[in-house]
Amino acid sequence: MTSITKPKIAHPSLPRNELGLTRRDYEGGMSTLCAGCGHDSITAAITEAVWGLSLRPENLVKLSGIGCSSKTTAYFVSGAHGFNGVHGRMPSIATGANAANHSLTYIGVSGDGDSLSIGLGQLAHAIRRNVNMLYVIENNGVYGLTKGQFSASADVGTKSKKGDANVQTPVDPALLALSLGAGFVARGFSGDKKQLVPLIQAGLRHPGFALIDVMSPCVTFNDHEGSTKSYAYTREHYHAAVEADYVPRAETIAVDYAEGEALVVPLHDGSEVRLRKLELEFDTADRAKAYSYIDAKLAEGEYVTGLIHEVEAPEHELHAVNRTAAAPLNTMPFERLNPGRATLAKLMARYR
Amino acid sequence: MEPTDTRQPDYYHRVVDCQWACPAHTDVPEYIRLIAQGRFGDAYLSNRASNVFPGILGRVCDRPCEPACRRGRVEDKPVAICRLKRVAADHREDVADRLPTPPAIKNGKRIACIGAGPASLTVANDLLPLGYAVTIFEQWGLSGGLMRSNIPAFRLPADVLDEEIGYILGMGADLRLETPVTSLKALLHDGGFDAVFVGSGAPKAKDLRVPGRDDSERIHSGIDWLQSVAFGHVKKIGERVLIIGVGNTAMDCCRSSLRLGAKQVSVMARKSREFFKASEWELEDAESEGVRIVVNHSPKSFVIEDGKLTGMRFDVLEYDLVDGQIVAERKVESVVVPCDDVILAIGQENAFPWIERDVGIEFDKWQVPKIDPVTFQSTRPQVFFGGDAALGPKNIIWAVEHGHQAAISIHRFCNGLAVQDRPARGVTLSSRKMGIHEWSYKNDYNPAERRLVPHVALAERFRQIKIEVELGFSPEQTALEVQRCLNCDIQTVFTAPLCIECDACIDICPVDCLTMTANGTEAELSANTKAPRRDPDRPLYVSAPLKQTGRVMLKDEDLCVHCGLCAERCPTAAWDMQKSTVHIPHASTDGIPCEPQATRQSA
Repeated sequence: MTSITKPKIAHPSLPRNELGLTRRDYEGGMSTLCAGCGHDSITAAITEAVWGLSLRPENLVKLSGIGCSSKTTAYFVSGAHGFNGVHGRMPSIATGANAANHSLTYIGVSGDGDSLSIGLGQLAHAIRRNVNMLYVIENNGVYGLTKGQFSASADVGTKSKKGDANVQTPVDPALLALSLGAGFVARGFSGDKKQLVPLIQAGLRHPGFALIDVMSPCVTFNDHEGSTKSYAYTREHYHAAVEADYVPRAETIAVDYAEGEALVVPLHDGSEVRLRKLELEFDTADRAKAYSYIDAKLAEGEYVTGLIHEVEAPEHELHAVNRTAAAPLNTMPFERLNPGRATLAKLMARYR
Repeated sequence: MEPTDTRQPDYYHRVVDCQWACPAHTDVPEYIRLIAQGRFGDAYLSNRASNVFPGILGRVCDRPCEPACRRGRVEDKPVAICRLKRVAADHREDVADRLPTPPAIKNGKRIACIGAGPASLTVANDLLPLGYAVTIFEQWGLSGGLMRSNIPAFRLPADVLDEEIGYILGMGADLRLETPVTSLKALLHDGGFDAVFVGSGAPKAKDLRVPGRDDSERIHSGIDWLQSVAFGHVKKIGERVLIIGVGNTAMDCCRSSLRLGAKQVSVMARKSREFFKASEWELEDAESEGVRIVVNHSPKSFVIEDGKLTGMRFDVLEYDLVDGQIVAERKVESVVVPCDDVILAIGQENAFPWIERDVGIEFDKWQVPKIDPVTFQSTRPQVFFGGDAALGPKNIIWAVEHGHQAAISIHRFCNGLAVQDRPARGVTLSSRKMGIHEWSYKNDYNPAERRLVPHVALAERFRQIKIEVELGFSPEQTALEVQRCLNCDIQTVFTAPLCIECDACIDICPVDCLTMTANGTEAELSANTKAPRRDPDRPLYVSAPLKQTGRVMLKDEDLCVHCGLCAERCPTAAWDMQKSTVHIPHASTDGIPCEPQATRQSA
């Protein structure tokens, strides 16, 4: 754990966002993760992304479960709301919070253990319910907090620090999300913020469930030779298929692009995501093609990164399905929230 | 860009802005740490090794280090480096037995120093421990040169001067007071000296030739008047005094006038404040004592009535400025300012009436001797110059540095070595890592603001001219001020082959000075830095290509606060915090082998 406190001093010419805040204003507490942890880079990318979107810190909700990854919500946007739930149960809490107040922006940060082992059922149903949130999986293939056992995302043949090879087949979060019908699926790498920051921005703006699987090397237990999730291995085998660029509303008209090169995904607030295909046969709009493409690449040992699949206007969003009230519950008068004894009695009578 | 060669001693030296800016390259962060540890004697000696007069300079130095201080870039005010130097000097234990000592048997060479000011004293300080016999000729009855005659005692008490000059005289310098050198030719011919060092200063005041200049006794030349005050020849002045000029000499003149009975003192400046030569703090001190500073007044004539000075006529001017430069001036009106005395403090120059023009020393058209700016040798190889005598009026710390360089030259000259070959600077690095999350320097950023030095109450300080106005820092102030130093000499040292490109250092850096990017030209790299590069003149570190992607690590040294977080968050110790020690050569470290000494038997 770092013994030095980060000085409050900042570079005097740091750019300011629409709210007049600098990136430093979106920082959180000092990280207690290992030095060099990929998660810290993702924290920095989230900080940058949220700053770039000019989100008000008090309009952001950070949710997490248990694990190294789940600690990271404490390390960004200290002015946001936060809930650190029990192991694997973050999706339920996110669903509940979102049901009560959908005027806020939700970001859940979880790991491969929290989401693909103990919380796999929770994750699957959050995707099915299409909860409007960004769900970031910080994926390192090991249980770092319990000293490096293989997790559910460990590739077949990858070696542990002691040299044992993994034999069980992995759960790939991107394939899982695609098969469950997620409207936004992306993959990134903690060591490539240029790609990751726009993905996070696009995910936060996506009007439905957005999943980003971020390869995030565990510097202590999974950064050795023979590991398929080390910095060196990931750098050699990550394969950017689509380059995404988030364009804020103010700039959407100013930026010019050549037709055919870029694919524009307009977002409901006037901003847009511009995709540049690096692979010609790749089509982000076609779920089946996206699935088979990344599946085939995985078989070759390549991780396809970038925006894998996005549905422009997803249906069956949580609130649409449940026909909930437009206003957040905390803004409703007590009389509306509590219909009273008589109404309750009438309701109960229907079940007799 | 090519990877930065950090073995070049100047790279890490430049990062230590204060030390780089100091003409004598005082190791500022080192002595501030020693003060923080309460090791005042050690701090004093660390200072003395480079600037020779810590007690004096801790009071009256021109402080080129402070405008350079990194703290002044990341915050408003720099560290009070100069006043911390005074703390080291004021609180040191007896260091007499730790000073350099002259050898019992001399090397047989004799050196003459002309003038007993800071330049000559530095030459003596550097050469005496090497076995030279040094004779100092001083025309007045006291040593110290300008430090004693032109700096009033309320800024620099005599006992501080006596003690620090005493250290040098104590090494066996032969100081001959009231012995002016009237002929260099005679000295060279009859003196029997192996080398002569001219450190006679810039003793000639510039004059203001306007009507009435010669018609009154009450028009004084600033440096001569200050000298008369210092030596006790002048004890009072009229009630209304005008000072012409606005340099540091003018500040000393106005404040001295207040102490000799003046009630109304005005400093008359030709231009506006941004063009003043006086240091900002000297202006503040003068104004706090009630001195009026009048801008845009150009002196035209002295008003003499019945043979008595009654005032001075000025043109009031108006200037047009473009980018801080005067492009046009206009006279607005003509005014007479009444006064009893006028002190002229418009500059000074060196003068050498005692150097015959046929001794082999070439002079330029302004009658200034031609001096090599590196070796300080004149065109007569045996004669060296330093201080204000060499390159015109500067300040004490420059005179000290000239003295050091001249001493190196004299030492080489007397050993038959080429004077142009200068001993090289060096740098050593040593890691400050003690263990996991443990560093042997204090790296917590203390957001404290600059402390203000307490002053003697206004009423009290005019009672007597010798009362020192500044009291020096209290222990509490010192304890806080030392924490403001950013330890710029604890360098961030990068080992490219160890880097796994995890971004941890870049993410944590509070001032965004690190970047990983594809290599390119300096312009391309500068355009890609994480935070804008503010000053292209500040060093930009470029690493060797990194192992995994071939990108390079960039570090813009401009704003780094040396907090050590990059090294703390680095999983592979590719970043390390290492203390740099810059080795500044002096005559004593030149490494010239000792000549076989003449023993009593062989002699």
